[in-house]
Amino acid sequence: MNMARNKTILYALILAFTFISPFAFPDFGTQLATLWLMIIVALTWDMTGGQMGYNSLGNIFFYGTGMYVAALISIGMVYDVGDYTNAAGGGIYKFTDLQYFGGLALGVLGAGLFCSITAVVIGYLTFGLRGPYFAIGTLGVAIAAGELVSNWDWVGGGQGIALPVYPGDLDTGKIFFYFLFAAVGVGTFLFAKWLYGTRFGAAINAIRDDEEKADAMGIHTLRYKLYTWAMAAFFVGMAGGISAFQLIHFEPLESAYQTINLGIFMVVCVLLGGKGTLWGPVIGAILFHLFKEVTWNYLLGWQWVALGALIVVTVVYFQDGVMGWLVHKRPEWFGIKVEKKVAEQAK
Amino acid sequence: MTSIIEVQGVSKSFGGVVANHDVSMTVNSGTITGLIGPNGSGKTTLFNSIVGYHPIDGGSIQFEGEEISRLSVQQIARRGLLRTFQQTRIYGAMNGVENMLISLPHRKMNIWDALKTYTREDYERADHLLEFVGLYEKRLLKSGDLSFGQQKLLEFAMALMNEPTCLLLDEPTAGINPTLINGLIDRLKRANTEFGITLFVIEHNMRVIMNMAETIYCLAHGELLAQGTPDEIQNDQRVIDAYLGAH
Repeated sequence: MNMARNKTILYALILAFTFISPFAFPDFGTQLATLWLMIIVALTWDMTGGQMGYNSLGNIFFYGTGMYVAALISIGMVYDVGDYTNAAGGGIYKFTDLQYFGGLALGVLGAGLFCSITAVVIGYLTFGLRGPYFAIGTLGVAIAAGELVSNWDWVGGGQGIALPVYPGDLDTGKIFFYFLFAAVGVGTFLFAKWLYGTRFGAAINAIRDDEEKADAMGIHTLRYKLYTWAMAAFFVGMAGGISAFQLIHFEPLESAYQTINLGIFMVVCVLLGGKGTLWGPVIGAILFHLFKEVTWNYLLGWQWVALGALIVVTVVYFQDGVMGWLVHKRPEWFGIKVEKKVAEQAK
Repeated sequence: MTSIIEVQGVSKSFGGVVANHDVSMTVNSGTITGLIGPNGSGKTTLFNSIVGYHPIDGGSIQFEGEEISRLSVQQIARRGLLRTFQQTRIYGAMNGVENMLISLPHRKMNIWDALKTYTREDYERADHLLEFVGLYEKRLLKSGDLSFGQQKLLEFAMALMNEPTCLLLDEPTAGINPTLINGLIDRLKRANTEFGITLFVIEHNMRVIMNMAETIYCLAHGELLAQGTPDEIQNDQRVIDAYLGAH
């Protein structure tokens, strides 16, 4: 019982910190929003990578696609997209508050849904691949998508898309986007927490541990893999949609389909925190984000070297991450023990 | 008595190696049927053919009157025909209870059922079956850390959790402590009588199979050598020759 109460207190503290932090640390508003973005992409990467054993390097595809879909929906509701992206600073396109927030809401939601559908289609084509082949296959999808989009003039080509600016003042805008990310982040966490407790969650664990056995037990493996990726893509797509509005301007290769940045960061976050655990991706995202910001500020010029070193050390010496290390050191915290039958003890 | 598995004239070769040649046999519903034969006689190949691991070269395999020789492993498993593996396969990173819960029959669930959390009945059933195979006390340990024999028992319990109509067991007593074998025979028999599961068992331990099976088939060199009751098989000179290598 004490354990349950401690947990409630912990969750309450985290939630309180979530609400207070942007006001307590106004200078770090954007940083905190980015932290939530990291948590979202790490949690969703772990749905397939950690819980189902399919290490995708292409989840960034859903982030980039989410950006574009959200932008196109919100623009398309008011103006002709071709004219808008073709304006190159010449035309003046105004959005009323209703158009801005309406477009944002529908765009972000639409981005999530669209990414879910594309996850099913891409998954159908790539889930026949296993291990490193799946990783490379999905990476290929993300890279190809970035190149295709950057050659597609209707969506702005290599220049990308400039979205309208948040209609209020700048600081309110920062807090607004922080809470959007935080809402999706908390939603993703609660969704994952619930999902891993269901029969479905156990079935995807079975796929990770022995897919052939799962087949032989009659689990609908392909169907479950597609559903899982679609769920992950939904949240990444929404996060991408929010990013599009937060960044105001984005272009295909560096900000949308940024395979070598966020596309890799999400994997490192999960490895650092502990694959296949609920809290691992969250802890990993926090540690990684701290590490990244500190090195980017105090080791400028060497920041990529430091990051590379972190990846190498994690992969070579710390594969199980923080949570895996804890399970190994303190198995009793996680309920791993011999349990005598109650009836026998009573005798 | 109705047949549940009907194998007719099944042949399977791997390159030049003929693993099964023109094998026919019948497993009757609700019975325990044994399959014996020297090492390399094609027993496991026949099991793999029945559950769809590889296509057969010729012949027909029917399950409950339906041709299944062209179906995939999953499709066959979803019809309630399950197998356990000679090399035991359990989910090593999970504990016993989790292994059991994963084995709930997903074929009987739609996606909304699958998205439910486990019910009290699920847990009770898992505990009951773990107790049935004698693993209740170790149910919260990582199952990869269990002994080989215990893993075999766990795999058997998982198969029962899946509520199959017919279960193919590939050497259920291999690697199990001799003192546990009697208990296992008893449990296999009870699975057959209490849960009404038809069993088709590959076994090398003659004492085990002679005690359990009503009908026994014997393979040698990929062909059917003999069939009959345990008494008939035990006294069949061809079977004795095949096992003692008197060719």
